[in-house]
Amino acid sequence: MAQPRVLVIGGGLAGLSATMRLAELGVGVDLVSLVPVKRSHSVCAQGGINSVNASTRQQGDNEWKHFDDTVYGGDFLQHQPPVKEMADWAPRIIDLMDRLGVPFNRTPEGFRDQRRFGGTLYKRTAFAGATTGQQLLYSLDEQVRRWEVEGRVKKWEFWDFLEPVLDDDGRCIGAVCQDMVTMKFRAFPADAVILASGGCGLLYGRSTMSMICTGSAVSRAYQAGVKYANAEFIQVHPTAVPGADKLRLMSESARGEGGRVWVPRTPQDPRDPKDIPTSERYYFLEERYPQYGNLVPRDIATREIFDICTTDGLSVEQDRLCVYLDLTHIPRETLDRKLGGILEIYEKFQGVDPRDTPMKIFPAVHYSMGGLWVDYEKSASGGLAEGSPRNQQTNIPGLYAIGECDYQYHGANRLGANSLLSCIFSGLFCASGVIAGAGRGGKEHGRLFNAAVKRQEDRHQAILSRPPGESNPYDIHGKLGDVMTRAATVVRRNDQLSQAYDEVCRLEDLWRHCSLSDTGNWTNQNVVFTKSLGDMFPIAKLILKGALLRDECRGAHYKPEFAMPGIAATDPVEQRAEAEQWCDRFEANTRKWLKSTIGTHGADGHPVITYEDVDTTLIPPRPRLYGLVGGEVIEEVWKERQAEAAEPAAVGAGS
Amino acid sequence: MIRAVDNGELVAGQQAAASQPREIRVRVLRQDAPGEESYWERFTLPYEPNMNVISVLQRIAALSKSHDGRHVAPVAWDCSCLEEVCGSCTMLINGRVRMACSSLVDNLFEESPGEIELRPMTKFPVVRDLCVDRSRLFRSLERVKAWVSVDDSYDHGPGPRISPEEQEDAYPLATCISCGCCMEACPQFNKIELGRREGETEEAFETRKQEAYDKQFLGPHAISQAMLFNGHPTGKMNADERMEALTGQGGIQMCGNAQNCVAVCPKRIPLTRSIARAGRAATVWAIKKFFDR
Repeated sequence: MAQPRVLVIGGGLAGLSATMRLAELGVGVDLVSLVPVKRSHSVCAQGGINSVNASTRQQGDNEWKHFDDTVYGGDFLQHQPPVKEMADWAPRIIDLMDRLGVPFNRTPEGFRDQRRFGGTLYKRTAFAGATTGQQLLYSLDEQVRRWEVEGRVKKWEFWDFLEPVLDDDGRCIGAVCQDMVTMKFRAFPADAVILASGGCGLLYGRSTMSMICTGSAVSRAYQAGVKYANAEFIQVHPTAVPGADKLRLMSESARGEGGRVWVPRTPQDPRDPKDIPTSERYYFLEERYPQYGNLVPRDIATREIFDICTTDGLSVEQDRLCVYLDLTHIPRETLDRKLGGILEIYEKFQGVDPRDTPMKIFPAVHYSMGGLWVDYEKSASGGLAEGSPRNQQTNIPGLYAIGECDYQYHGANRLGANSLLSCIFSGLFCASGVIAGAGRGGKEHGRLFNAAVKRQEDRHQAILSRPPGESNPYDIHGKLGDVMTRAATVVRRNDQLSQAYDEVCRLEDLWRHCSLSDTGNWTNQNVVFTKSLGDMFPIAKLILKGALLRDECRGAHYKPEFAMPGIAATDPVEQRAEAEQWCDRFEANTRKWLKSTIGTHGADGHPVITYEDVDTTLIPPRPRLYGLVGGEVIEEVWKERQAEAAEPAAVGAGS
Repeated sequence: MIRAVDNGELVAGQQAAASQPREIRVRVLRQDAPGEESYWERFTLPYEPNMNVISVLQRIAALSKSHDGRHVAPVAWDCSCLEEVCGSCTMLINGRVRMACSSLVDNLFEESPGEIELRPMTKFPVVRDLCVDRSRLFRSLERVKAWVSVDDSYDHGPGPRISPEEQEDAYPLATCISCGCCMEACPQFNKIELGRREGETEEAFETRKQEAYDKQFLGPHAISQAMLFNGHPTGKMNADERMEALTGQGGIQMCGNAQNCVAVCPKRIPLTRSIARAGRAATVWAIKKFFDR
């Protein structure tokens, strides 16, 4: 039997690890990317990659606890078998990356060093300076280059994925892509297509994401019939550095290495931060979350920073929202060794040395937990059945999704240093199943490919030949970003969400008539951008609709109207009664809302939302009580209830 | 309770610079396609504090009008991460090769107040405007086999033990973002621009380009990458193959020791240290080869 040929869309960590593994298994790969793959957005990941390691293991850590931290941090919204499998693979993945030459920081004895990240109490995070994503990506890029020289991989860089091509039975048999230099279209017949196209942050205007993170590839798959899940779960990173063109990430590793977040107790204290004595500084995360301190999960840190600036009015500056992230108590040589890369970014773009002066930071849109719906096959041990073609496959047979563009691993909130892991894991793990499920190719379907190419050429021509003088796509993008940032980030309110939905629809109408300033057919970035802008609207609508319908608080999705405040009473009996009510409400909410939001693209252009149960058979959902007032009373009541209900013990608990 | 911010932005304005110019005058050396004549086009846009060259180009794209109000196509340029780690946005800014994202307008105004000049790199073929074809840069990485030749991607336990000193030596070399600044600044690195011949297939054209690249200088970045992998405990097992490339046509002997590369590297990679090491290794290699004949 001839070896199958696979088309991979996107050359970040997920796309490259899938390509490497497929090539190694003898499969020819066409790798399509908007940019040379070495420039993919994974380079921006800074802090590190999580796994249980020899040191944490001897402090009582294990794969099960990594799995538990991930689902607890994600507010139980993810199916548990894939997450368990990922946590099980994590130590092997880091070993592999180590072998590929990633220059992980070392201990004096020459072992890999680890640091602590948010949402865990263990030092699980391996790192290469503060450019871990860059280093991981480069190692995979190097391996794929090696396969390119062998002739197993063919790269198509500066190419734009336009649509998946389906046969008459609805199976994906390839795709149509466009060369962004020559503007020519080309059909790519394939035995399977893997989307690894990353996040969609650009629909928020400015974010921590790269300019290529438009989400257009996932949107095009969605519009072709792929289900999109949990769109409303968008991670807003607690610490970013505001800029006119982008909000630059300041890695969680700054806090992992001891960075402290604070504001002056006196609003907008005009003194130099170094002249403000400790007693007049409010280390609000440390005070409010004594156990996790500055390393609470991201959704919580983000809300607290947002809240301290808006509600409490304690922003460091009068006309700009920001708090201090302070590293100045850490020796310079430690900072240079462990955080050099990110401190240089701050210095370069802000003109201030963060080793001497506390940084000014504020939250920014960072990651999409939601993404294309993908399937999995559960194994007997509760993980995944390796080699199953169902793993990572969308509802369209033969079309797979991996990395940030799938929805599978992070639930309602992603823990820091888990994204690099999920990208590499899903890429490596899916390969055997992709081969097992590979079809018989699309080569004999010339008619379908010709029709698809024609469709794309017509769409392209129609956009190019719009009359001049109408509104401008860059302005529309700016407005879309404003609407989305206002309505669908840290705090969400139903009136604002439905208003934003209408505004997005209006902007989409405006887009249908916007004019191009470049109508040529050579390296026309204007038309490529305009097309990707058009494809932002379906995803923006999904995010808003999903958020509007979900009347609860879960992870990154926070609606004050449905928040469950802590215990107000001080009397122990009343406290107990309140805790009982709290747990009743929690259970009712879990029954109603512990479900994946599933969006499908309606014929009228509006999303159709349904819900799917989440597989929580390994770890029963429990309240997330980080820093909640009276949390200990609630926990006591909760544990009693669990003990009463617990006849069958938790499946396969590792400890 | 948390209330939403009303201004539609998570982040409000930035602190203002002390004395602000009112406008930014930009001169761009444009070229519509390979083989076409280049021409200057001027743009004027209002000054805003804390801009970088990327935000200047974004404003020009949104404006798509030249300084005299003529409708013009937006300037084409490459960019992605905007934080100097993807290596896309290299160009000549006020005559110096650097990254557009980390070139802040306020700093550029200290060089020439009120005015910015943008040109494409000169050592790579222009695709359009400020976009150039840097495929040769990646071809050099293939020539020196810039990778660790692992057996496979299955689990074989961790990589080799590495001392912190070795890691600290290797890490800076591994941060090369393939921007091409070092190649642009190098007097020994010359432009190769080939056109597709009539009737030539895409594949044949690619092969012909690679053959042309392979005869010419690798560039400082590739020499440094070769040293990175020759220093790695596993990578070193293929050191001979890399030395073959470094001492072959277009190898280390092309370096004229101008040291421009290290001066322009945005990541401050010790390129000349790598080149010196490669030079010494090449001498040892030549002697070894002589006696191995």
